[in-house]
Amino acid sequence: MENPYLPYPVRIDKITVETEDRNLKTFHFVFLNPEDEAKFAYTPGQFAELSIAGKGEIPIGIASSPTEKGFVAFTVNKVGLVSSYLHNMKEGDVMGIRGPLGNWYPWHEMEGKNVVIVGGGFAFTTLRSSIIYMIHPENRPRFKDITVVYGARTPGMLLYKDELAAWEQRDDIHMHITVDGTNDPDWKYNIGFVPTITEQKITSADNAIAIVCGPPIMIRFTQPVLEKLGFPPERIILSLEMRMKCGIGMCGRCNIGDKYVCKDGPVFSLAQLKEMPPEY
Amino acid sequence: MTERVYTKEEWIRGLEGLREDYTLFVPVKDGDFHAFMPMNGEKVPDFDFQNTRLSPKSVIYPRSERLFEYILGNADPEANILKESSKDFSPRAIVGIRPCDAQAFQIVRRNFDNPEYRDPWWVRHFESTTLVGLGCNEPCSTCFCTAVGGGPFHEDGLDALVFDLGERYLIKGLTDKGEAFLAKMNGGKPADEAVLKAAEDLTASASQKITSSPPTDPLKGKKINDLFNAPFWEEVAFGCLNCGTCTYLCPTCWCFDVQDEVLGKEGDRIRNWDSCMFPLFTLHGSGHNPRDKKVQRVRQRFMHKLKYYVDKYDNGVQCSGCGRCVRYCPVNIDIRDVCERMNNY
Repeated sequence: MENPYLPYPVRIDKITVETEDRNLKTFHFVFLNPEDEAKFAYTPGQFAELSIAGKGEIPIGIASSPTEKGFVAFTVNKVGLVSSYLHNMKEGDVMGIRGPLGNWYPWHEMEGKNVVIVGGGFAFTTLRSSIIYMIHPENRPRFKDITVVYGARTPGMLLYKDELAAWEQRDDIHMHITVDGTNDPDWKYNIGFVPTITEQKITSADNAIAIVCGPPIMIRFTQPVLEKLGFPPERIILSLEMRMKCGIGMCGRCNIGDKYVCKDGPVFSLAQLKEMPPEY
Repeated sequence: MTERVYTKEEWIRGLEGLREDYTLFVPVKDGDFHAFMPMNGEKVPDFDFQNTRLSPKSVIYPRSERLFEYILGNADPEANILKESSKDFSPRAIVGIRPCDAQAFQIVRRNFDNPEYRDPWWVRHFESTTLVGLGCNEPCSTCFCTAVGGGPFHEDGLDALVFDLGERYLIKGLTDKGEAFLAKMNGGKPADEAVLKAAEDLTASASQKITSSPPTDPLKGKKINDLFNAPFWEEVAFGCLNCGTCTYLCPTCWCFDVQDEVLGKEGDRIRNWDSCMFPLFTLHGSGHNPRDKKVQRVRQRFMHKLKYYVDKYDNGVQCSGCGRCVRYCPVNIDIRDVCERMNNY
C-alpha cells in the first residue's frame, strides 16, 4: 500500500538568503532517488510538507515551477521549531519532502484570460511559481495580459529581487513593484501599500482573474478594491494557510467548515470562502 | 449464515482455543469499569457489563503509534531518511464489542480510507481485525444509537453478533471474516427455532428501552453558516472546561497529532490522539489561532460531528450514539441537547 506519510529523501542543493532581516531563505532540494522527481509532479499553487528527522514537518508552498527541472524550491520564513532548525541546516544535508499536496490555482479557467497577480510580503512564493510557469515560452500564449502587483515593507524585504528586476525588463508581463516605505534615493519603483497600488495600476476586470496572496491585512483591504474594479467573487482567487500535520485531510485540524485547507484547498475562490464559516 | 448456541462455559473455552489463531481483545473487569484487554490467560473475560468506559478504538487506532524510525547524524548514508516501522498485522478479534462501537469504525473509516488517500496503518489494522459484537440487553440511559441509524443489536459493521440469552449465547456469523472466526471456534451446536425466536424478542425489547432519541435527519437541510452563527453556542460552551474527555472517549473522534521523539542518535515519528478541545490544535507558527476561544472549539466539535461530517459524506452523523461523552462530561454537556438545538434552529 502507498504510504502518503512517507517523505521522499532529498538533499539541500542550494540555500539563498532572500531578505535583509535574514528571516527568509530559499532552499533548493534535489531528490536522492531520481525517479522520485517524476512522482513529485506538481502544479503551481500546491504545497508540500518539509520533513526533518527528529524535528517534524511543516507545510510550505512550492516556490519553484514545474517548468524548472532538476530541483524543487521552497522559501521558508523562520518562525517555529522546524523552520528554525531548517534555517541552520547546510547545503548537502539530507531531509525529506512529502507531496505535492492540495489543489492549485485554476489554470484551466485562467486560460485565455488576463491574469492579475497581487502579492504581499513572503506570501509571494507560489506566485513566483505561477509567474515562472506562465512566462515559460510553452505556456505564455495560453494567457493574455499578465499584471503583477507585489509589495513588501522595504526594498530589502522583497523576495526574488534578481528575478523581479529581470521581469521588469520584459514586455510580456507588467510589473508593479512597491514598498511601504524606503529612504533609498535610488528606489525606482512604487511606494505605497499593495491595495493602493492595485487601485492605481489595475484598470479593468474585463476577462480577468485575480490571484491574491498576502498577509490577512493586505487581503482585507485588497478585496474591496478588486470588487470595485468589477471582479466577481468567482474570479478572485486566494490561497490560505493553516496549521497542518497530515496534509491529506485526515488529522482533522485545518478545517474551515466541512472543507480541509490541506486537501480541498489551499486555493479557494472568494465565492467559495463566502459560503464557509469565517474561521481562518 | 452460521448460527450456533454455546453454554457460557463452552463459549469461554471456545475463545481460549482461538488464541492460537487470533490476538483476542475481550472485556475485563478493571476496577469499577470494564476495559478491552488482550486475552492472555491472566485476566478473565467478563461479558456482564453495560459498556466499557473506553471503546476498543485503540485496538485499530492506538493512542500512540510509531509510524517511522530513523537514525540521526551524518556518518551513515541512511541517516535522516525515514523508514516505516515494522508492525504486527496478524489477525485480531475484538470479542464483545458493542454494536455502536463497531458502527463507529465504519464512521471513522470514511476519514482514513477514501478514494484519494488510504491511511496505511489504520486500514491494515482494520482489515486484520474481526469484530464479534455483543448485543445490548440493557442499554444505558445515555444510549441513543437508535437515533443515529444503529440499535442495540445492529449488525452493520460487525462480523458476527452474540446474543446473551441468559444461560446461553447465540452467535451469528455476518461476514466472511465472522464465518472464518466461527469455523475455527470449537464447541456449540446449531441454533433451533426457539433460540432464534428468543433472540428476536430480545432485539425488539432492547430497542424499546432506548428512550432518548433526538432526530438527526433535520441537520442535513440546515446551512453551515446559519448553524455556525447560531446564538446558542455561548450557552452550550459556558460550562465547558476544554478537558478533552469527550474527544478522548469518543469512538468516532479520529484527530491526531504527529511528533518526533528522539533518544540519542535514534528517533521515531509517532502519532498521538489529539483533541479539537485544545488551543494548540490549531495554533499557527505566526501566533495566530483561528480557534483560540473556548466557544469556537466547542462549536467545532459539535459542528464537525453533526453538520460538517453530514455534508461531507452524506452518510449520517459522526456519532454512533454510545453516550460516553454524555456520561463522563464533568459539566454535563449533552450532545443530544445540542443536536436538538441545532434541529430547532
